[in-house]
Order: sequence, then C-alpha cells, then structure tokens
Amino acid sequence: MPEVAAWLILFLPLASFALISLVIRPIRGAESQTAAYVTIMAIGLTFALSIWALVSTVSAHGESHYPVHTWISAGEFEFAVGILMDPLTAIMLVVVSGVSLMVQIYSVGYMHGDSGYARYFAYMSLFTSAMLGLILANNLIQMFVFWELVGLGSYLLIGFWFDRPAAAAAAKKAFIITRFADFGFLLGILFLFFNGDAFAAQGLNVFVVTDIYKGVELGLLTIGVAQWVALGIFAGAMGKSAQFPLHTWLPDAMEGPTPVSALIHAATMVAAGVFLVARFFPVFELSLVAMNTVAIIGGITAIFAASMGLVMNDIKRVLAYSTVSQLGYMMLALGTGAYGAAIFHLFTHAFFKALLFLGSGSVNHATGTFDMRYMGGLRTAMPWTYITFIIGSLSLAGIVPLAGFWSKDEILTHAFNRGVNGDTISMVVFLLALIAAFMTAFYMFRAVFMTFHGNFKGGAERDPDAHAEHPVHLEESPKSMTLPLIILAVPAIVAGFLANSIFDLGVIPGHWMSHFLDYIPSVHVETAVFSVGIAALSSVVALLGMGMAYLMYIRRVISPEDMPNALRPVHTLLYRKYFMDELYETVVVRHVFYSGICYALDWVDKSIVDKIVNFCGWLGANTGTAIRQVQTGQMQAYGMGISVGILIIFAIFLFLG
Amino acid sequence: MEFTGLLSAVVFLPLAGAVVIALVLRKYSHARLFAAAVAIVDFILAIVAFAVYDTNAGGIQLVDRLSNWIPGLGDDGFAVQYLLGIDGLSAPLVLLTGLLGLVAVLASWHIKLRVREYFIWLLALQTGVMGVFTSLDFLLFFLFWELELIPMFFLIAIWGSDPKSKREYSAMKFLIFTILGSAFMLVGILVLFFSTGTFDMTVLPDAIRGANLLLPAGVVFSLLFVGFAVKLPLWPLHTWLPDAHTDAPTAGSVILAGVLLKMGGYGMFRVSVSMFPDVAQDAAWLFAAAGVINVIYGAIVVMRQTDLKRLIAFSSVSHMGFVMIGLASVVGVNGTVSTLGLTGAAMQMFTHGTITGLLFLLVGMVYDKAHTRYIPDLGGLAKRMPFLAIALLVAGLASLGLPGTSGFVAELLIFLGAFKMWAIPTAIAAFGVVLAAAYILWTIQRVMFGPIKDRFADITDVSGIQYVPIALLVIAIIAVGVFPTFISDVFSSGVEPIANSLEQVAQARLR
Repeated sequence: MPEVAAWLILFLPLASFALISLVIRPIRGAESQTAAYVTIMAIGLTFALSIWALVSTVSAHGESHYPVHTWISAGEFEFAVGILMDPLTAIMLVVVSGVSLMVQIYSVGYMHGDSGYARYFAYMSLFTSAMLGLILANNLIQMFVFWELVGLGSYLLIGFWFDRPAAAAAAKKAFIITRFADFGFLLGILFLFFNGDAFAAQGLNVFVVTDIYKGVELGLLTIGVAQWVALGIFAGAMGKSAQFPLHTWLPDAMEGPTPVSALIHAATMVAAGVFLVARFFPVFELSLVAMNTVAIIGGITAIFAASMGLVMNDIKRVLAYSTVSQLGYMMLALGTGAYGAAIFHLFTHAFFKALLFLGSGSVNHATGTFDMRYMGGLRTAMPWTYITFIIGSLSLAGIVPLAGFWSKDEILTHAFNRGVNGDTISMVVFLLALIAAFMTAFYMFRAVFMTFHGNFKGGAERDPDAHAEHPVHLEESPKSMTLPLIILAVPAIVAGFLANSIFDLGVIPGHWMSHFLDYIPSVHVETAVFSVGIAALSSVVALLGMGMAYLMYIRRVISPEDMPNALRPVHTLLYRKYFMDELYETVVVRHVFYSGICYALDWVDKSIVDKIVNFCGWLGANTGTAIRQVQTGQMQAYGMGISVGILIIFAIFLFLG
Repeated sequence: MEFTGLLSAVVFLPLAGAVVIALVLRKYSHARLFAAAVAIVDFILAIVAFAVYDTNAGGIQLVDRLSNWIPGLGDDGFAVQYLLGIDGLSAPLVLLTGLLGLVAVLASWHIKLRVREYFIWLLALQTGVMGVFTSLDFLLFFLFWELELIPMFFLIAIWGSDPKSKREYSAMKFLIFTILGSAFMLVGILVLFFSTGTFDMTVLPDAIRGANLLLPAGVVFSLLFVGFAVKLPLWPLHTWLPDAHTDAPTAGSVILAGVLLKMGGYGMFRVSVSMFPDVAQDAAWLFAAAGVINVIYGAIVVMRQTDLKRLIAFSSVSHMGFVMIGLASVVGVNGTVSTLGLTGAAMQMFTHGTITGLLFLLVGMVYDKAHTRYIPDLGGLAKRMPFLAIALLVAGLASLGLPGTSGFVAELLIFLGAFKMWAIPTAIAAFGVVLAAAYILWTIQRVMFGPIKDRFADITDVSGIQYVPIALLVIAIIAVGVFPTFISDVFSSGVEPIANSLEQVAQARLR
C-alpha cells in the first residue's frame, strides 16, 4: 500500500483527537454527539486501511519498503522515523483497529449522558492513534515514543472520572508502575546503542528493527549484549502487559469506564508487551537466559493471576485477572519459542476478551453494579448479552471448536513437546498453564452462573459501593451496545478455526497465520502439529473447571459460602491479592521511600545543607560586628594601632635581616 | 567596525521601555500596556534574530562591535569592547528569553502594588538577561550578569509573597549567593585578561591555549565555574533557589526558573568547556557526579514538599542536573567527542525554560484563585478549572519527559550522548525520570483530582488575557516536542565547534 495510506492509519485517529479537543468540544459542548461520530468515522476508515494493509502484505509475502524521515539530528547522529509493514504489523493493525471500532460504537450508548462525552472520545482517539503508531514503528525509539503515549492514553482513560479518588489513584498507579518498567526498556535501548558500533560498521542502524534482524543474522550482537538488551525490553513489556510482579496496576485500572477496560486493558494496550517481545524475538532467541526469564515470568503470571480470579466478586476484576493470566500464556509461549502460537493467542484473545468486557459493561448498564453478589438471573432479561457472554466464556475456557481452544492448545502443545524433549522449564510452564486452564474455566463459569443464573439480587440498590445514577431496571442494552457484542461473538467463535486451521479450508490454507508470520525475516515460525492427546487433556481440564463451577453455583453441592470458611487463610490470601498492594504501597512506597528516604534527605536539605549555608552568612555578619568594635573613631587609638603595626613590621625586617 | 544593530535593539529595547515608563507614563494602566508592547516587540526581534541566524554558515553572527567602547588606560590597553553576537548556542536562548519575557509581562496583569515600578524592574531584568546571552566581551558579559541581580532582588523583596520578613530573607539570600559566585568569577575574568590581554570571548579560547596563565588553568576554571554553579544551581549551592522561587511573584519565578538558571548552564558551555577543554575533560567525572546528585537528590526532596511552588522549585534542581549529565559527555570515547550529549544539554536548558516557566505560571494562577499553595488544602480543582487542569497536565507530562513534548527530546539526547562514557551515572540519572513521574502525577492528583472541596465551589477557571501566556508556552512545548530540529539543529551547530576543540584535546591525549 502507498506510504500515505499507511501513515493515515495512525493520523486519522490523531486528527480525530485534535478535531474533537480543539474544535468540537469548545464549540459544540462537552456532551456533543458529533465527537462520537467523528471518532467512529476516523477509526472506521482506519480499520478499512488496516484491512488493505493486511491484504497487500499478504500479496507481497510480507515484503514492504517505506522511506524514512529525519526527526531529530545532532551532528552526525540522525534519527529518522518510518513505517515497518510486515505480517506482525498487519495482524496487529487489524486486531487493534477492529476491536477499537467495536468499542467506539458500543461507547455511543454506554457513555450516553456522561458529562465528559466529547472528552471521552477525544482520549479514545488519542489512545487508538498511539497504539497504531506503536505497531507501525520501524525503529526502537519511535516505538518507545508511542509506547509512552499509549501509557498516556491509558492514564487519561483510567482517570476519566477524575473526581473519584479511586480512579485518580488508579490512573497514577498505572502510569508510575509502567514508567518504572519503562526505565528498564530505556536502559535496554541505551545498552543497545552503547554496543552499536558494529552495526554502524556494516552500514546498519542499530535502532531500526529490520537492521537489528540483519545484525542478529550477521552475528553483530554477542549473547551477553543480547541478553541485557532483551531483559531491558522485557522489563518494559512486563509493565505494560501486567506481568508478575508488576501486575498490580491492572485490576485497579478497572476504575475506568468499561469500554476502556475492553479496549485498553484487555484487547490492545496490555498486548503491547507481548507485541514488543515478539518484535524483538530474534534478539531474545540469542539468549537462553532471556528466553527462560520470559517463559518463567509468563508461567508464574498465568497461574498466579488465575488464582486471584477465583475469588473476586467484581466481574470486571475477574476479567482483569483473567487478562493478566492470559497475557502470561502469551509470554510463556514466546519464552518457549512458540512465536506463532503467542501471536495467535493474542489475536483470538483480543476478540473474546473485548467481548467479555463489553458484556460486563452491558450487565452494569442494567444493574448499576459490577458486584456479582448483587446480580443473578439476568439471562432472561438480557438474552443477547447472556448468549454472547457464554460464547466469550467458552472461548476463553478453551472449549472446542471456539477460537480460544485452538490458540491455547497450540501454546500447550508446543510447551509440552519441548518439555518431553528434555527442556525442564518448558515442562514446568506447561504444567502451570494446564492448572491455570482449569482455574480459567472455573472462574469464568462462576462469573456466568453468579451473573446470569439464579435469582436477581437487587443490583445497585443493594450494593453500597455502586455509582449508579439511575434506578435499576432490568432490560437488554440498546442496539448500539448489543450489536458490537454480536459482531465480536463471531470472531470469538471462528477466529481460531479460520485463521490458523490445522488443515486446509478451501481458500484459506492450513496454518495460515503461522505461515504468514514466517515471512518475517529472522523469525522462524514452527507450525504446531496438532496433538489429539493434548487437546483432549486440556478439554477435560476445562470441563472439570466448568463442572466444578456448576456444582458450586448451580447445584450447590459444595456451598460457595462454606468453602471460603473452610479454606479461610487461602481465601484471604487470594482475596487480598497476596498482600502485594500492601507490600508495595504501604511498606515500600509509604514507609521505606516516603517516610524513610525522602524524609531523611529532606531533613538533610533543611537542617544541614541550608543551615551550613546560613551559618556561613551568620559567621560573616558576626565577624563584621566583632571587627567593627575596633573602629571606635578615636584618632589616638588608630594612631596607637599604626604605631604598633609599624613597630612589628620593623621588628620582623630586623630579625630576618 | 561591524554593527548590525539587531542584537543591540533586542538587548536595550526593554531598558529603553523602562526609562519611558519611569519618565513619561504616569498611569499604571498605560505602563502595563506599554510594557506589554515592548515585550511583544522584543519577542519579535528575538524571533527575527533566531530566524536570520544561518546555521549552515555557523559561527558568530549579527555582530555589533564598538572596539574602543572604553578606551585603553595607558599602554597596557585595558580596552573594553562593546561586542554583541550570537551563535547556535545563544540564538535559541535569546528566543527563549524573548518568549518568557513576554509571558512574564502578561502574567503580571493583575499586579496592583506600585505597578509602574514593577514593570520598570521587569523590563530592566529582561535587558540584563538578554545581555548575558549576547555579549561576547567578557567584561560586558560580567556587567550584564550583575545587572540582572538588582531588578530581581527588588521583584522578590517588594512584590514577593507574604510575610515580608520571609520574602526579604529570600531576596537577600539570592543576592548574596549570586554575588559571592560572581566575585569568584570576576577574579577569574581578570586573571584571564592579565594573562592574555583580551576580554574578547571569541578569541579567548585560542589565546588561553597559547598563554602562560598567571594561575594554574584548573584554578581559573574553578573560579569561573563557581559562579555558574551557583546559578545553575549545583548541589550544595542550590539552597537559595527554593526560597527565591517560592517567594518571588509569579513573573519573577517564571524568569528565575526559565532563564536565570540557564545563565549558569550557558556560562558552562561558553566559558568552562569552550575556553578550558582540557580542564573540562578532567572535570567530566565531577559533572557526571554533580548531575546525578542534582537529579536524584532534587527528585527525592521534591516528594516531601507541601508548598506547590517550593515543589516545582526543587523539581528544577532535579531537571537542571540533566544538563550536567549531558555536559559530562565532553570527555568523549576513544578520541571522538559526539555533539549528542552537548546538544541534549543545551536542549534541556531550552525545554526546561518553557516547561518550568509554564509550571510556575500555572501554579501562580492557582495561588491567585485559591489563595493557598499548601497542597493538602487544595484538591478537586479540575472540576471548576478544566482549562488550567489540562494546561497543568501538559506541563507536568512535559516535565516528566513524555514523548511528544520537548522534555523527552532533550532527555533522550542526553541519555544517548552520555551513556557511552558514563553508563552507571546515566542509568541512575535516568531513574530520575521515574521519580519525576511519581511526584508530578501525585501532585496533579492532589491538586486537581478527587472531589472538589467546598471552599472552592466558586473558584473560576482562567479567563481573558491569562489564556495567552499559557497558550504560548503550551505551543512552544509541543512544537519543540514534535519538530525538535528547528531548535536542535541550531544548538547542534553551536556545540559543533566546541565538540571539535574537545576532540582535538582528546586526540592529543590519546597520543
């Protein structure tokens, strides 16, 4: 596709942001509907361009060349921006712009009546633009720029209802934790630049992605350098993708409007970390340490987050922990070398997780609460929401033949095969992932049963924490909300089966996505061999999880009230999120940092540095006062002093000869 | 005799305006309007000077020279030239001074006390700062350096915040610190003159290389450096800054943080590094260490501040530390000195001027409306003042180095430039960016977000002329963030000769 069209993908939503904030909001007011239409139009066009990008990349076998444009220069250092259009970019573009489009349409209804309506769509446009910019970037610095802007979009949208203290705090927390992680990313960039002379000698630019690929092939990166660069990049990815132990911001981010959670904290931004690791996969592959770190962190995150999802009562938090857990899956896939499986899972997950979040928003629209203890019985009142939510849950739980089954199965198969061939870490993460799969099925159907089955328990009218402005009236959400649910349900069912089928499907060749990704130079994507054994095993595990939820929440064979009491310490540990918020916020930040280090240095500044300075001043002033005593104005005294002085000088000369 | 006249106009127009206000204009509203007109014209002249500076040709341009300004006394030729000129290093700083001078006048619209006198001092201050950035004769440079003190002293002591004793204390502290620094500087200047026979800063670098200095070069370097270090300010000479910035009136804080601090950084470039490349390379570790201390110490002390202006003042200490990190790259690697870190340091001066200028401007507005700067008393203001909240967010995000704003470009260049020689110090300093995110966002949260307090129920957003200075600075921050080359190319051409002379020294050392 022509370069202008590629840039438009990024600039259309940006123009929408500028238009809304500079023109529409000042002129048409804060609740202008026009803002929504402009946003939808811009992102709709972007989606169309993204499809074009995908088609043209497919027909070009992943090859594309775009010119670069100088952005910063300082002496011989010149830094240029440009577009990289390869299979990874093309797939990501379609996912991001597609999900974003659905979310914007949904938001028209969901955000209706909010006093910040125009501001909401301005921020959404800005975020979408930043995310697309990140995907299109052809070099590391350009990626870092958009990476940070994505963080800005997230900050603005989590804190959208800034007059709520919890939202303001969550926004700040998200930004600071990801910034902390980006410190690692920045060091990775600096370290790569530090070792860039070998690249320059070959006429390569150490920041440009395709040049890095070439450099890896030419052996310009030593394993040691690759290791630290990869770990730095991974640190950044851990922040954005909420990997353990930097995951604590994501559940809090649910303070933002629900469509935001669907777009940013489920389908796109949090996947940016996975995308980043995938983008620099050849560098990671050079270092076993880096690969193993990614695998282990991914594996731990997958099971750790899933365990917290088991006990949450807030439906969005269940989904948030589920997201963290699924991102862990993608990371462990990358860490075990399953590049194709990771991107495949990112692809399918985006659809069904956005669907689930939007479903939870629809439920909230009716009940006014997110607390599942005050829901129940919604399936009759909200049939479309119910059906689509079930589809999303089945897909996430990995039930054949829905999308999630195929991608999750590929990850499991790959890890298992490596494990069987003697790679211990792969075997360990395989087992972690399998246990997490059980938990996933359980917590998703726990959510389904608590929300949609049984009797209605009052919604916002009973929930003391709800922010509801309207009385509860159980009815299906408006079409602008259900339509995106229905549209997203389609890929949640078929995306896995069509995009990366295990056999040829007429026009679509088998393992299409894997083969497509394989066009990326330096990245070798294995096509996973379908294993009936693993598929059966994971299905049984998922069914067991669903069955247990059924027994507890429908049949009540095991009472969901007694179970936490029987396992009180475990339940408390999970419900309090392993006390990690307390550890970070109370112990580290409040006590060690704020009341410790900051207090001490502030004291030093006020009581020592400044006091010394003032003491010098005092000394000067008082010396003056003391010496002034000598100046009495009496001529005799001065004459006396002069005489004595002359005598002393005379004596000195006399003695020294 | 060369005489273009443009720079002389840029420098002396504000002083002439001050004289007119003193002698002609009797009504305060006239004085205010006239001051604004002068500031606008001066800003336009500064833009013209910046625009006509030809980066391809490089070197000193727009020269105004009167070679026998103060005729020689006797035979030893103690002749002082009147010599103004700009190069790539000073041209953007002249632009910055013009911009912030206008912002300062517009930010003073509400001043009610002794209005004419106020604008006289404010305009005189502008002349002093412009003079420092344009004069290329060392004695003239020194005169302007000192000239700037008097107006600033009165601005703080008379129009500063209550109580009186506190603002007078702060004004005096500012004065004593700077004068002490410049006393050392004067000795340094005189030693250079008596060793080389010239005050001409364009020939001094070569003259020093050939001359037999009366004192060891390291001593002369240190004498001069102290003056600049107080101004920048470097820890532990920074303690005047929080007091002066906090107690100055809004316009005073804008100029103090926006341009007066840059005089220190400019001096380090123009004098310390250009004239003593050898010593500067030996002292590079000191630059790096000082930079790290400033960045981290400043950022940590910020966290505990409860006075909004004091908080921003300490953030300046932290951010000016990045200038030192960039300067530390003078040492070079393997005999090559890159312009990257130096350009970054110069960019940091420019961007910090616009960003912190905006921060002080906005905080001053918050204070005027809320009548308190005590952070725990503030809260939820965004609901009633959305424009101010968004502007503060833009300034804050720029301050924490978000891409798309000018802060990011400067910091990136500094980190890339310095990491090769000073990996660990640069890495530690880069952590300052994380701390910046923490204190900036926490501050914005406490001041702007959350439910609005009852006593602010009737507070109003910015209005009328207040939009103008905010808009000017926001545009400057974003424009440089998105199109950095229009500033960075100029700076780059200015630091290029400095880097070349450093490189010669570095290569001589290799051999």
